[in-house]
Amino acid sequence: MLEEKQIEKIRFGLMSPETIRKLSVAKIMTADTYDDEGYPIERGLMDPRLGVIDPGLKCRTCGQKFGKCSGHFGHIELARPVIHIGFVKDIYMFLKSTCRECGRILLSDKELEAFRKKIGEAKDVNADKEVIIKDLVKEATKKKTSTVNNTCPHCGAVQKKVKLERPTTFMEENDKLTPSDIREWLEKISDDDMRLLGWDPDAARIEWTVLTVLPVAPVTVRPSITLESGIRSEDDLTHKLVDIIRINQRLRENIDAGAPHLIVEDLWELLQYHVTTYLDNEVAGIPPARHRSGRILKTLTQRLKGKEGRFRHNLSGKRVDFSSRTVISPDPYISINEIGVPVQIAKELTVPEKVTEQNIEELRKLILNGPNKHPGANYVIRRDGRKKRVTDEIKEIIAEELEVGFIVERHLRDGDIVLFNRQPSLHRLSIMAHRVKVMPYKTFRLNLCVCPPYGADFDGDEMNLHVPQTEEAQVEAETLMKVQQQIVSPRFGEPVIGAMQDYVSGAYILTKEGTVFTEEETEEMLYFAGIDKFPEEYMEKDGKRYYTGKEIFSLLIPDDMNLEYKAKICRKCEVCLKEKCPDDAYVVIKNGKLIHGVIDGATFKARSKSLFLSKLVRVYGTDTAREFIDKGTKLLLWALMKKGLTTGIDDADIPKEASERIERILKEGEKKVEKLIEVYERGELEPLPGRTTRETLESKIMQVLSEARDKAGEIAEKHLGMNRHAVIMARTGAKGNILDLTQIAASLGQMSVRGERLSRGYTERSLSHYKKGEMGAKSQGFVANSFKEGLNPREFFFHAMGGREGLVDTAVRTAQSGYMQRRLMNALQDVRVEYNGVVKDQERIVQFRYGEDGVDPSKSEYGKPVDIDWIIYKNLKSEAI
Amino acid sequence: MNKINILEHEMVPEHIIMSEEEVEEILKKYHIKKEELPLIRSDDPVVKLIGAKPGQVLKIIRKNSPAGVSEYYRLVVEGW
Repeated sequence: MLEEKQIEKIRFGLMSPETIRKLSVAKIMTADTYDDEGYPIERGLMDPRLGVIDPGLKCRTCGQKFGKCSGHFGHIELARPVIHIGFVKDIYMFLKSTCRECGRILLSDKELEAFRKKIGEAKDVNADKEVIIKDLVKEATKKKTSTVNNTCPHCGAVQKKVKLERPTTFMEENDKLTPSDIREWLEKISDDDMRLLGWDPDAARIEWTVLTVLPVAPVTVRPSITLESGIRSEDDLTHKLVDIIRINQRLRENIDAGAPHLIVEDLWELLQYHVTTYLDNEVAGIPPARHRSGRILKTLTQRLKGKEGRFRHNLSGKRVDFSSRTVISPDPYISINEIGVPVQIAKELTVPEKVTEQNIEELRKLILNGPNKHPGANYVIRRDGRKKRVTDEIKEIIAEELEVGFIVERHLRDGDIVLFNRQPSLHRLSIMAHRVKVMPYKTFRLNLCVCPPYGADFDGDEMNLHVPQTEEAQVEAETLMKVQQQIVSPRFGEPVIGAMQDYVSGAYILTKEGTVFTEEETEEMLYFAGIDKFPEEYMEKDGKRYYTGKEIFSLLIPDDMNLEYKAKICRKCEVCLKEKCPDDAYVVIKNGKLIHGVIDGATFKARSKSLFLSKLVRVYGTDTAREFIDKGTKLLLWALMKKGLTTGIDDADIPKEASERIERILKEGEKKVEKLIEVYERGELEPLPGRTTRETLESKIMQVLSEARDKAGEIAEKHLGMNRHAVIMARTGAKGNILDLTQIAASLGQMSVRGERLSRGYTERSLSHYKKGEMGAKSQGFVANSFKEGLNPREFFFHAMGGREGLVDTAVRTAQSGYMQRRLMNALQDVRVEYNGVVKDQERIVQFRYGEDGVDPSKSEYGKPVDIDWIIYKNLKSEAI
Repeated sequence: MNKINILEHEMVPEHIIMSEEEVEEILKKYHIKKEELPLIRSDDPVVKLIGAKPGQVLKIIRKNSPAGVSEYYRLVVEGW
């Protein structure tokens, strides 16, 4: 048995020079990499002891093969120490707060004891340790900055001010501190003092940040690549290491030869530069190291940092095989469960299929088709795991060799289960399982009814597709993620998959009173929709048979269904006339027949309380619901094509008298506003409780103007009957609303920013066309004109102001809600519902019953486990009939 | 100022200290250890008022939950 172990803690520290030497397998002496024959030079940067990067070779240190050996560190002995750029700040802190002679912190033992106590207690009183240390440094530094009281309390040495000249030079008054000086200084600091400054000397001593020996990364970390032309190209890190070794050697030679001080100093600084850029090539204040071509080198820090760094690019985000992405386009002829996949993609994506006696002949045929003809195959995996590519040249041989037990990676074909996804993947419906339908052309095709859950449209959206590779994954995807399983949203228990836009208005046109079709039309329509039933009842006129839209639609309803509800077009009268509704807005379905009412947004529109569709899903199951959506939409498509739906500005035409009345009402409104202003200016306006008179005036003006606009709208609305297609769209819930139409026909009304009239822009006025302090309706963004009438330039500008606010709001909202969702997801990612309905996270129970009532919204009737009204209704009605 | 008895406030649900046996029953029902119960700190105003001690379990009867009336159990722990 494998012993289970748990990581208790992780401690980070620094490597001491001794550790670096101990870890090293090779002391790197020469800057060369390969000799003339192309073999790596010993003691060079590509020393064979540092690991293997050529397949077939073995590691000189551990004897393992390429891929198995992870590489070994080497080291370079630096001729003179250099400062590690990552720790400059820490070094500076130590130099500032310790004595240049004895290395003690520049505070008396008493003071130090007080700080020690404070730090020790930090955890208990929830204080920030860092802040206390900062205070300590501040106190200690005072000894160095002042001219009096500037001696070390321990040895009495006079202190000098230390300055950091970025990036790596330290100055003590006007003398330069060399890295050697600094290292000596830091070595003197005691363990206790180091702890006080926040360093754990067991894990890392501060003087180790002044490098005397440099570790050389294994070759596996910086592999050289051989180009097609046979020229070897080295990794950026190798280039940098070459620089370091060269300068290091020159520096050593010069020191040994007793070269003048100035030359040594220059070389030393150059070495510092190279080591700095090796660690981080984006240090402020020094030019970045460049490749011969002028490209900036990517060194250690650059490998880790940022969006393209190791963390965000390679660890948090990974790319996958068996996936594809392309533009999406609509296809109303395929099922909601299906997805149209371009042949090109189908030939690239594969599904592994095990060869059995039953399918060997079929798979053989696929192999014979080769990789370039559609139902073909790309690879064959033999029983020993050897993978062979199917090519047109050897496909016959491979087909011949095929045996039971082999695995064939065959092309994606009709009926395969795939996962389909659109970013941003905000909820589980953003990834659903579809059945493949291979199609010509280059876009993914999807049914329009699945657009709402993905949030997809066809203005250039792209989507991703993933192919599950095992039978288990395929079955799991199908049972849990198939589109038809997701018709009802788990979030609010309403259908998210269903009709949109034209389907909704089409349903109204099909099922409204007076829509009839001839026998031929009906036949054609039902054939097109794939309905194999025919209406029983018909009307006879002039010896011809006519079928009503209601009867045709009834064919889609299950025979035993009974339902009554108010359609979307319902005007919500005070007393409902039910069946006798003049608008035909009361829907009665009796034994699967649509007796009264029209089909519209309240029936099967996505993202709304679609009573009919949700009932269908809950009572008759997802198969029935899917069939209804697939066939119903096709039926409506045909009906819409025959009957037609169009809109233009004439849909908003109103009679002259009406226009005049609207104009009058708006004028009256404006006059009322003027009167209000008069009263206000006379100081006679009675303020509302809790408001100033100015605020009262504003709210009264808003009220008067909105009343005027509403009245104007009402007049226009009276003339906007259901014979106008724009009105059909608005009333059935297909697109737009009546308010939009009255804005076209009657008046736009008051424009607003932050719920107030437009007042900003110029000093005390909205536009320079008005007087300062003017408060009239027109001057503060009341648009009396309608879109059809046309806006004057000032009105147009006001309208744009209101419009801009809307745009800014949506931009801000998406950013904020996105961040909030991310935080919630991270906080709740481990919470799960157990099989007994208990909600737990990793440690403890969160809820004793999911949602306290254990109800799944997608399986319940709007929060209640059963729809009692419906059960009673169903039983009563069916008995009565 | 008048001291308000928060236990009488309409938004404070009823808290009852459970007996050892009742706690046993709950733990058995949910197949959990005592530590897996949701926590409530001993310096919670209600806990201080009803005098519950760390280690005891409170039964909280919530009247306005989606399920009508529901019970919730919380283990009293030392405030930190």
